[in-house]
Amino acid sequence: MLHLLSLRALRERLQKREVSSVELTKHFIDRITKFSDLNAFISVDEEGALAGAKEADNRLNKNESGNLTGIPIAHKDIFCTKRLRTTCGSKMLSGFTAPYDATVVERLANAGCVTIGKTNMDEFAMGSSNETSFFGNVKNPWHTSRVPGGSSGGSAASVAARLIPAATGTDTGGSIRQPAAFCGLTGLKPSYGRVSRYGMIAFASSLDQGGALTRSAEDSAIMFNAMGGFDPKDSTSIERPVPSVNELLDLDLRGLRLGLPTEFFDDSVDAAVLGSVREALQILEKRGARLVDVSLPNSAAGIPCYYVIAPAEASSNLSRFDGVRFGHRSEQADSLLDLYECSRAEGFGEEVKRRILIGTYVLSAGYYDAYYLKAQKIRRVISDDFKKAFEKCDVIVGPTTPSTAFKIGEKTQDPVSMYLNDIFTNTVNLAGLPSLSMPVGLDGLGLPIGMQLIGRFMDETSLIGTAHQFQLDTDWHERCPEDFS
Amino acid sequence: MAWECVIGLEVHVQLKTKSKIFSGASTTFGADANTQACGVDIGLPGVLPVMNREAVLMAARLGIAIGGTINELSVFARKNYFYPDLPKGYQISQFEIPVVEGGQLEIQTAKGPRTIRITRAHLEEDAGKSLHEDFHGLTGIDLNRAGTPLLEVVSEPDLRSPEEAVAYLKKLHTLVRTLKICDGNMQEGSFRCDANVSVRPKGEAQLGTRAELKNINSFRFVERAIYFEIDRQIAVIEDGGSVVQETRLYDPDKDLTRSMRGKEEAHDYRYFPDPDLPPLVITKKELDAIRSAMPELPDAKLTRLASSYELSDGDATLLAADSDLANFFEEAVRAANGESRLIANWILGDLSSALNRESLSISESPVSPEMLGQLINRIKDNTISGKIAKQVFGDLWQGKGQVDDIIQDQGLTQITDSDAISKAVDDVITAFPSQVNQVRAGEEKVIGFLVGQVMKATSGKANPQAVNNLIKSKLSS
Repeated sequence: MLHLLSLRALRERLQKREVSSVELTKHFIDRITKFSDLNAFISVDEEGALAGAKEADNRLNKNESGNLTGIPIAHKDIFCTKRLRTTCGSKMLSGFTAPYDATVVERLANAGCVTIGKTNMDEFAMGSSNETSFFGNVKNPWHTSRVPGGSSGGSAASVAARLIPAATGTDTGGSIRQPAAFCGLTGLKPSYGRVSRYGMIAFASSLDQGGALTRSAEDSAIMFNAMGGFDPKDSTSIERPVPSVNELLDLDLRGLRLGLPTEFFDDSVDAAVLGSVREALQILEKRGARLVDVSLPNSAAGIPCYYVIAPAEASSNLSRFDGVRFGHRSEQADSLLDLYECSRAEGFGEEVKRRILIGTYVLSAGYYDAYYLKAQKIRRVISDDFKKAFEKCDVIVGPTTPSTAFKIGEKTQDPVSMYLNDIFTNTVNLAGLPSLSMPVGLDGLGLPIGMQLIGRFMDETSLIGTAHQFQLDTDWHERCPEDFS
Repeated sequence: MAWECVIGLEVHVQLKTKSKIFSGASTTFGADANTQACGVDIGLPGVLPVMNREAVLMAARLGIAIGGTINELSVFARKNYFYPDLPKGYQISQFEIPVVEGGQLEIQTAKGPRTIRITRAHLEEDAGKSLHEDFHGLTGIDLNRAGTPLLEVVSEPDLRSPEEAVAYLKKLHTLVRTLKICDGNMQEGSFRCDANVSVRPKGEAQLGTRAELKNINSFRFVERAIYFEIDRQIAVIEDGGSVVQETRLYDPDKDLTRSMRGKEEAHDYRYFPDPDLPPLVITKKELDAIRSAMPELPDAKLTRLASSYELSDGDATLLAADSDLANFFEEAVRAANGESRLIANWILGDLSSALNRESLSISESPVSPEMLGQLINRIKDNTISGKIAKQVFGDLWQGKGQVDDIIQDQGLTQITDSDAISKAVDDVITAFPSQVNQVRAGEEKVIGFLVGQVMKATSGKANPQAVNNLIKSKLSS
């Protein structure tokens, strides 16, 4: 049962040569093929993956291996790759292959990972259910009539279904943590500036952050350690080293203050979700953590603030998709204006258009002050709320989402109810803080429940460490959806 | 009615950095289309801009030179609009907080010196070029220029005539070249200008409606475009109409301006701070380093040249306008131990025309300041005449060696032997009796003819002044 093994266990098997990277790669490619109904992948690169695995085996034979040598992974299809097309879940880029590898892709390749393919996602990362993808929706392996969450839905579904040991994701307002919660995974969104955005197709540049979807905190530490760190090609990247895997995992919970914001524990949250979160907190208390009440009084302004800033940046970031140099180019056009209008009308889906329109509107002359500037002020207020809360606690905890995975199609006609899914996650992006979601239970339908941990800026250690200690005492992270074990 | 025009200029100064403002691609002019555009320049998905520090320091140099404030922290913003040669769909520029605020330039006008205030100078990236020729109804895009660093220098509407506008432009042109931040090549678009022009009745305090004249790329065209525009606006008003706010394009072939787009079609650029670039910080230490390495500025240079050397006002101005030329001049004067007026004549005369003829800059001159100084020395010590000096200069230009070697090898030394000159003068006096009589009768200017004959007989090697004196003395005795 190779697909049930952790990254550490896989590494041990590979280094002892009990299994080869080629065998491992073939095993996962077989599973991807077998469970293609989940629609978790947009591209699979069998040839490239096997070639990479062969190379990894050579290095393993020569004892030249690192933490991830020979281990197959998948990238969210937002990371540019030379070998495979990068679609960003959009018709606009359905035929686009980048001439370069994203920094994250390059770093994981240098760490020895074998890239098997690119995972499905909401179009340009705009969505919370993976239903806005041009390549069709992804099914949640825990319940195939349910969404896996989004926008990193393909990565979440594939790791949860054990089609791949780990996958990259990106998080602009909850796009790693919400699908991690919906699929029973550990998902880390590092501090803004920790992971290079170079080669990661931009949605909202001041909020976007790359991370990984993994099965455990330990796997998360290994992936974060390999992906993160300063990159001179990204001017917003931070010049500080990423802690080692051991540093990330060894945390003594005694005396650690866990802050419970009253705003995250109200009756808008499903009772089952709150119940599991409270049980998890008790386990952490037993290990010595202390619970303290904190307040994030301006949390309610998070969604409106986010839905001004993110679309504003997106409207500008997506201007380059104009049919002139790359991407979809309309056949209908016979003037320059036509070329722009038709290429974009044909190439973008509804949700992307909606956000471009919102963003263009809030940046327009006469509206800028009332929307964009106001939102920037609120952003500062939200950030200050977190700073105040961290005077009283070390880690903020709460449910990742108000409910478990919803049904496919349930919220597609009501964008605002879809946006509300990110109510607990997107304030974290506005403040640039690190945050992690970990599985803490299953609801009555057998759907995973996620708990969110939020840390001080650059303090991923407390998050991964806390999750790891929790996972030493529990087995929620080892639960596998029935048909995929 | 008497009219007054009000002009403000926006000058795009292309900074001569080695690489682009946000990428490592080269900025060399004239490469094959799209060979100097990397992923960042063509706006590929996922790429990010990284600030070129060299461009920032160049902007600060200008800021210090015009006495402006260098903002310790300035902000890059995105200017959003669609155009095929604008790859990202936005231009990275500075909007609310530019790198330089305030400052001034003093210009000379017919009515004396005037101070022109500068509003701001901000950093931005250039766009690519749309190529409409050679594509038979299609448009080609060349992105080599995309991402080239520009410093946009915006003046207050302080200029009151086309001549003042040109004087301001020339002043700025001299300054950016002195600071070595721009090559100043207007044909290649390294220094180009938009002019905001309006007219109002003389004495009126309120500004008239302005038109913006786009992309004017020579001093002459600036003057002509503004003249045309002033006349046009006055005619519109005197016909009972009113000037509309619009952008107009100057057509140098037809010498007129044409409407490009009106106020209604004006873009809403939706400026907002670029989230890919943190605020630009310039430290006090960096500014101190720039200040201490500041070259002598044109105004100070002019004052010094005019007071330290014997020069006409015109020559001093010409030399001060080009720091390389001024350096050449001062080195030559040092080599000749004086003779500044003569040296200025040579530099602004024979040397400049030779340079122009072969399209060379002063730094590429095959004749060095030391050579010129030596040449002047040889005129001074009567080794050669001014006429022979021109011949020696021609040989120096062609690289035929050093001054003394050329004089030696070709036997160009003036005849200093007074017996030899005396004999030549006697021969001429004998050979041209009628001219001699004319001189004797008081027709002084005929002496020139006789001198010329002596020079001819001595192959130019006699000292003309000495010959002149000798003829005079022989004929008066």
